[in-house]
Formats: sequence, C-alpha cells, structure tokens
Amino acid sequence: MNGSLGGLVGEVQGARSGIGGHCQGARMAPSILWIALAVTCLKLLLVPSYHSTDFEVHRNWLAITHSLPVKQWYLDETSPWTLDYPPLFAWFQKLLALPAPLVDPLIVDVKKGLEYDAPMAVLYMRATVMLSDVLLFFAVHNYACSLPASKRALAAGAVIFSPGLIMVDHIHFQYNGVLLGLLILSIGLIKSGRDVLGGVLFASLLCSKHLFMVAGPVYFVYLLRHYCRGPRKFVRFVVLAASVLSVIGAAFGPFVYYKQIPQVMLRLFPFGRGLTHAYWAPNAWALYNSADKVMSVVARKMGLRVAERAGALTGGLVGESGGHVVLPEVTPLLTALLVLLSLLPCLVRIWRNPRPSEFLRCVAYSYLCGFMFGWHVHEKAILTAVVPLALLAVESPEEAGRYFFLSTVAHFSLLPLLFEPREYPIKVLLTALYCLATSACLQDHFSGSSDNPQSSEPKTANLMSAKSPDRSEVTSGWPEHDAQVSGGEGTEARKQGLLTWLERGYLIGLVFVELYASWVHPALLGGKLPFLPLMLVSTYCALGIAYAWVLQLRLVARTPSKQSMQ
Amino acid sequence: MFARFLGSLARQNVAVEFVFLLAILVRLLVGLSSYSGAGNPPTFGDYEAQRHWMEITLHTPVREWYSETPQNNLTYWGLDYPPLTAYQSYLHGLFVSAFEPEAVGLESSRGYETPSSKLLMRWTVLLSDVLVFFPAAWWFVRAYYGGRSGTEQAWALSILLLQPASLLVDHGHFQYNCISLGFALAAAAAIIQEYEVVGSVLFCLSLNHKQMSMYLAPAFFAHLLGRSFQKRRPLLHVIKLGVIVIATFAVLWAPYLSSAEAVLQVFSRLAPLKRGLWEDHVANFWCTTSMLPVRAFKWKKRLSVEAAARLAGATTVTACLPFMWNEIRRPSKQGLIRGMLISGLAFFLFSFQVHEKSILLPLLPATMLALDSPWVVQWLAPIAAFSMFPLLVRDGQALTYVASQVLYLLIANPPPSGLGDSCVWFRLAFPASLIGVVVIHLGALFLEPPAQYPYLKAAAMTSYGFVHFVLLVLYLNKKVFTSRTQLERTLEKKES
Repeated sequence: MNGSLGGLVGEVQGARSGIGGHCQGARMAPSILWIALAVTCLKLLLVPSYHSTDFEVHRNWLAITHSLPVKQWYLDETSPWTLDYPPLFAWFQKLLALPAPLVDPLIVDVKKGLEYDAPMAVLYMRATVMLSDVLLFFAVHNYACSLPASKRALAAGAVIFSPGLIMVDHIHFQYNGVLLGLLILSIGLIKSGRDVLGGVLFASLLCSKHLFMVAGPVYFVYLLRHYCRGPRKFVRFVVLAASVLSVIGAAFGPFVYYKQIPQVMLRLFPFGRGLTHAYWAPNAWALYNSADKVMSVVARKMGLRVAERAGALTGGLVGESGGHVVLPEVTPLLTALLVLLSLLPCLVRIWRNPRPSEFLRCVAYSYLCGFMFGWHVHEKAILTAVVPLALLAVESPEEAGRYFFLSTVAHFSLLPLLFEPREYPIKVLLTALYCLATSACLQDHFSGSSDNPQSSEPKTANLMSAKSPDRSEVTSGWPEHDAQVSGGEGTEARKQGLLTWLERGYLIGLVFVELYASWVHPALLGGKLPFLPLMLVSTYCALGIAYAWVLQLRLVARTPSKQSMQ
Repeated sequence: MFARFLGSLARQNVAVEFVFLLAILVRLLVGLSSYSGAGNPPTFGDYEAQRHWMEITLHTPVREWYSETPQNNLTYWGLDYPPLTAYQSYLHGLFVSAFEPEAVGLESSRGYETPSSKLLMRWTVLLSDVLVFFPAAWWFVRAYYGGRSGTEQAWALSILLLQPASLLVDHGHFQYNCISLGFALAAAAAIIQEYEVVGSVLFCLSLNHKQMSMYLAPAFFAHLLGRSFQKRRPLLHVIKLGVIVIATFAVLWAPYLSSAEAVLQVFSRLAPLKRGLWEDHVANFWCTTSMLPVRAFKWKKRLSVEAAARLAGATTVTACLPFMWNEIRRPSKQGLIRGMLISGLAFFLFSFQVHEKSILLPLLPATMLALDSPWVVQWLAPIAAFSMFPLLVRDGQALTYVASQVLYLLIANPPPSGLGDSCVWFRLAFPASLIGVVVIHLGALFLEPPAQYPYLKAAAMTSYGFVHFVLLVLYLNKKVFTSRTQLERTLEKKES
C-alpha cells in the first residue's frame, strides 16, 4: 500500500500497536488494516444476502439479554430459539444489544420482535458481527507479529479472508469470528510466553461457547507443564487456577446464586440429539454411516434379512440419523473416549516437552480430533481447526500444502450450508478465489522471491514465454525481469508444487462431486434420492478430512527431530 | 498491498484469472442490492424499462418496436435507444422467458418483480458484461499495455473491471452500459492494434447500442482521420472507413430502412428534444451554473429548447476542437484515449440532455489510462460515483455505494513503476478532496437543508463533482499540447 492513504493509515496505526508490544506495529498495521477494510467491504456487500434461522436465534438472544433480568435468561421460552450458549456469550449479546433501541426498538423486543427482519434490523445485526470481528483482526495482528515480516500479511490474509468464516458468519449468520479471535489471541499470548493471560482468555472462550472445550486437555497439560514449574511451581499453580476459576466463577456465579445451574446445563448440553447432524459433518461418523448404508444395501442384495428402517437411507437429509442397520450403534461415551484417545499422543508430547512454538498445532489438532470423532458435530465446527491452521501455513512448504489441502476440503464441505440459487455463484466464487489466492501466494512465497516484492515477476517472464509467444517478446525488454532464480527454503516446493499427485487428484475430484451434486443429479434424477448429493459430498469430504487428520496425527505423534528442537 | 498481492499472483500466472473471477464476484454482490424503481409503481424505474423492452421486442414485430401501436404504448417506457439495444432486449427476453415466461408476458407483466425474476434480470446484465466488456478489457490491456509487466497488466485490468460507478449503475441501478462501453473499449483496442476496419465496426456497434457513445466519437473520428492522412492514399482510406460505417449502420437498421418515415420514427425516439437541457441533478456546466444566483445563468428559463440545444452543441464542439486538431495532426495511441477522455468530459459538461449516469463515458477512457496516468483514475472514479450518489441513494444503494467506493480506493494504488505520469500536488489534493467527499456525505446524513433549498444536498454533491471535472478537463487540454509521457519517451528510446 503506498500513497497518501497508506501513509495516513500507517500513522494512525503506528500509535497503537496493542498487546504485542514486541511487534513493529508500524510495519504490520497498514497491511492488516488493508485486509480488514477489504474484507469488511465484502461483508457490507453481503448484508442483503440470505440469512439462516441463526439470525433469528441471535436476534432473540439480543432481545432476551437486553429486555429480561439475568434470572430469566435461561428460563425464557417465548421463542423456540432459547439461549443455549454459556453466560459470557449472553453478556456479549447484551453488550451488542445496548445501542439497538436507537436503531429500532423492535430488534430487542422479546415478544413483538419475533421473526423480525426489517432491512435496518438486518443491517444492525450484520453490523454487530462485522464490528465484533475487530477482535479477530486484532488477534491475528498480534499473532502475525511473532512471524518474520515477509510472512505476516500472508498469514493474516489467509485467516481473515477465510471463505468459511465469511459464509458462516456473514451470510448464514453467526459470531464465529469473534470467538476464533479470542482463541487466536489466547494462542498468540501463550506462544509469546504469557501463559496466565492466555489461560484466562481460553477460560473466557469456554464460558462463551462450550464447543471449544475439546482443546481443554491440551491447555491443561500445557499450562501445567510449562507454567507450573520451577521452584515456585505450587504458587504458580495456585495463581493460574485462581485466575481461571475466577473467570468461570464470574460467568456462572450469578446462576449458582439463582440456583439455576441444572437449568443452564440442560440448555448447554441438550440430550436426544443424534450421532450426526442433519447434513453429516464430514467426519469419521459420516464414513461410518455411509459404510453402514452400503453394507445394508449389499446385504439386502445378497438376500440376507436386514431390518428395514424407514428413513435409514435418508439419514443425510432428515434430522436424526436413524440408527445403524449393520454396524453397531455408537454411544456418546464412545465418541468422547475416541476423542480423548486420539488426543493422547498430543498430550504425551506436551507433557514431555511443552513448547510454545508447537502450541498452536496442538490446539488445532485437538479441534480436528473433536471434529472427527465428536458427538453430533456440526459441519461449521471444522472452522475451529482450519482457521488457526492458516497461521501455520506460512511456516514451511509442507505446512502450506497441508493447510491448502485441508482448507479446500473444509470450505468445500461448507458449501451445502447455503442452498439458495442466488448465493450459489457467490459461495463458489468466494471459495474458488480463496483457493486460487492462497495456493498462488503460498507457492510464490516459498519460491523465494517474495522477500523482494518490489522486483516483479522473475518467473512470469519464463513461464509465460512458454505459454504465449508474444509475451516473451514483450518481457524481454526488461532486463531486471529476466530470470533471477533465487534458491532458499522452497526450491523443492517450487519444483513439485505444494501437493502430491494424489492430493491434487482428490481435490480435482471435488469439482466433479460438486458438478454431480448441484447439476447432474437434479437434472437427471430430479426429486428422486434427494439424500444422495449431500451424502456424496459429506462422504467424499470425510475422506479428505480424515487424510488431513492422519497427516496432523503423524506430526504430533512423531518424535521431535533435532531440527524442530531448535 | 493489492498491487503486491497481484505481483504474487502474476508470478504464478493466475493474476488475470483472479481479477476476472473477483470482478464477477463483486458484480454478483452488488447485484444483491436493490435496483432502480424497485416496488415503486406506477412507472417504476430503469429496471422496469429494460424488462418492458424485453416484453415488447419478444412479442411484437420488429417494425413496430419504435412505433405507437395498441400493444406498444410509447408513453410507458417506449424504446428510446438505437436498434442494437432492441436486439439485445430481444435476446435477453428469450433468456428470461426460457426460465420465467410470466416475467416478460405481453401487457400482463408490467411491474413484474419477483426474487427469481430479479435474479434472472441480474444474470442478463452479468452475462452481457462477461461476454462483451470482459474480453474487451483484456484485449485492450494486451494491446495497449502489452509492454508492461504481468502485475501492471493485471492491475490495469482490475481498475477497468472494478471501477465503482459502472458497477453501481449496471449491476445495482440496472442498465446495460457494459455493452456499449465494452464495444467502445474493444474499438479502441482494435484501432490501437491497427485493425482500423474492425475498430470502426465495433464503434458503430457501440453507437447503435446507446447513442451516448457519441460522446467518444470525436476522438475516434480525429484519430482515424489523422491516421488516414499518414497513409499513401488518404482519401481512399477515408472512403473505405466511411463505407464500413455506413454498411454497419445499414445492417443494424435494416428493418427500418423500408421508408424514410420509418427511419425518422426511430430517430425521433432517440433524440428526445423535449426533455430539456439536463435531467435531475447533473454535475455538468449547465446544471451547476444555473444554481448560481446570477440571472444570466438561469438557462432553462431564459433559453428555448432549440436555442439551448444550439448553444450546447456549439460549446461542446468548441471544447473538443483543440484536442481534435492536435490529434489529426499527430495521431497517437495515447492521443486516442486522451481524446476519448477529453471529448467524453466535454460532452458531459456541455452537451444537451445529459444524465448523471453519462459520467460513465468519460470514466471509461480514464480507466483505460490507468497505468499512464494512475492519479487521474484514482481520483476521477470515486468522484464520478460520488456525483451520482443522489441517484444511487434513491435506488436504496447507499450501503453498496460505500462498500464499492472503499473497495476501489483499496485497490487503486498502482504497482510501483516509474512509467506513469506523476502529479506532485495529487498527493496532497487527493486526500483533501476525499475528505471533502466524506464531509459532504456526513453533512447530508445528519443535517437537514433549509426549507427554501430542498435540493441542497444533491446540488452540493453534483457541484463538488463539477469542480473536479472542470479542473481535469483543463489540465488534460494543457497536457495534450505540452508533454509526452515517460512511456512514450522510453519506447522511443527503445525503438531507436
């Protein structure tokens, strides 16, 4: 960013470099501000787009927290969308509701505001999501400051432009940006050695959305082994425990006082939900369900008598996935044990050697485990693993390849979330542009030329000349542009690209899956077998995410090599 | 930042693809907003006009499209663009009726607006843009900036494709300027590559889509004439181009060539003399000066329509003559585009019956000059969109306007290179002028105008734009006669 605007921006931002006091804020701030403004423009343009029932859910929560006393928050049942997030999130909603009456008092009216979505109300609600994303920008800025200068903007862009976040928060309507911001801020603080503050932030994250609980063991073991050591380890432990418990106490205290804890817990952990959600999140259970379906069909073909269950095959479409026909039933306890088991290698590694530099990976890995094996996982939960991993992608070409693969599959698996024809091209383009931009920028970064961004295209000259003859003639006039091959960390990546041929083939397969699910299937079969497209998407993506999980597991389980010790 | 990002993409050979996809995405996003005259019976707005033309062209015979018939009531959005617009409406009508025939049913579909038909209509604009303007933009960038780096070309392309005023008028307000502007752009690209015949045909297509393309005609005329004089047989060359132009017109007007009466009927629809010197609030000379408290400037009161038309014609021609003279003597590629900019601005400022949307015509050559004079387009595009704000806010597009303006400002910084002209005072004046824009917006948002001046807000916006346009046209005229760009010098050095 050059020119007067950039200068202006630089001055303004230089003044407040934030928590990350070690950062040269002045250099980083203009690019993060640019990214933040650009993404906010896209979000503003998305204001009139489709919003799901989650819009009404959150509007209702704004109304409940604004208009009712705290005592009523978890009791009110005026709307079917009762408050089912932990108390800190309710307070956050109350904060967002404060200025609402100035815009339109109906927004925060518990009774008259039901199903209210006048354009100004939508704008107000959307604006609260955009504004709360400032925490994400700040957290990413804070984290990116710990990276080498050439990697910062890339890491920040990879997180902030995540099409998953844009689709889920700014079209579908949720507040994941601010929550992930809290998570990244906490990880960034722990990475820079501020363990207590990081722990406190994580506790407040848990008190805002309990789905982030999966990383609890990682935090616990890390803080225990990294912070509570040395001669005064007991004192340190007490300090840590006191600060974390005080956050939890502050959040839940009022409800202990009102004797409502059982009611709150009932809301937070509703029983009676199935193993998988309506649209199967692409995890181990999607594979398990598909295997069950295939086996039951095969068994029937072979003449075996299999229990006929209405809706068993349409499990991908209707609410509860009716029980399994061939394979044994899965219980919540089993899923919890599997999650813990899959976390175990990671916990052992942290126990042996808690390293700040590996903390981010461990947290992201734990969310990936939670996604793979958790009970009743929503497809949106993949963002908790993908978004933090974006920050790792800039570390090495291998990391970049792993991130690109996982993020592409994950974002693809989120596409069915937006099903209206108007948003169809928008969601596809958002995802395609992100894939194009991340793959090109990561590839370019590891080709070694990005440390010198001003000298443009050493490679274009070569590659383009092979493609179009007139371009070579054109570029030959600029001697400084001619091949200036610099080696460095990524020569290998440059030779073979970020992905293996198998990974590439799989990702190209996504295009065919999408073509089938959105075009061929409706054209050929019309309304028949309506579950098939979603089942196909979910199963195919589950393979990719399982593969990505195995890669992460191998990294976490591997004995640390000498190189990574440094 | 954007230029650096494009640099990364260009090194991986995906910059152009990225810019095209981004441009499509932004168009779709702008299209989510409301459009001109949405839910506003009985006459609605431009959206209804375009839909109505689809209905008329689809269901009535070609000969009757421009005439008053029982089925074609000309007082209700009668067709008032040349035949290519009518053919385009016919094609789009076919497209829409393939999915939702009720949307273009004869008579029955007046004021038809459903979410699905809105989507279809938006898609007709998007497809026209992608099929006409996008290739034209790429052709032009390759033809004119072929010697520049991939980053610079991609940046020039993104300026052409993401300039906010066109986005908002075509994909928000609802029009098909992308077609006429796209043909004009392709014509310039062809002529730059010395395909003069092709260029002439393309420019005739542009003229036959919207007569407003005439704003750019003096530049094409002067450039082609100047080029002809450099040929061995100038007269023959001029005649050749003349024949091509006439032939193109003849083909496009073929259904109406049966009688002079039929031609005149179409013609009378295209030149609505009755509608006065300007419309609504326009940032041009006549509208702005008439607001001054000087009796001599109360044009609409003092001049008859004919006298106003004559005066407007004379001033426009006078404003165009200097650059035309220069271009005829020394035609150059850059002279063509600069000429388009000057004549576009001259027509916008002085000609008869100007709409606020006509600023798109000078804006096109300004965006074409993106790498030659980056500061011109960096400045002109946001000001042009600003001068249309009264119109946009009526359409319910204030939010879309803010987002696309900021997005444009974020990408408008050119890639670092020493090849464009620089403008020293730009660095100071540009932020100051943007602050002025913000101040006027805030004032309009929070203050109410006094009762005796109900149009003060719109007047402030258009006058602010007017000052910028006048300064720019004066500066450009000076530039035409004094300097060559560094690029020209570099290229000359290379050639010698």
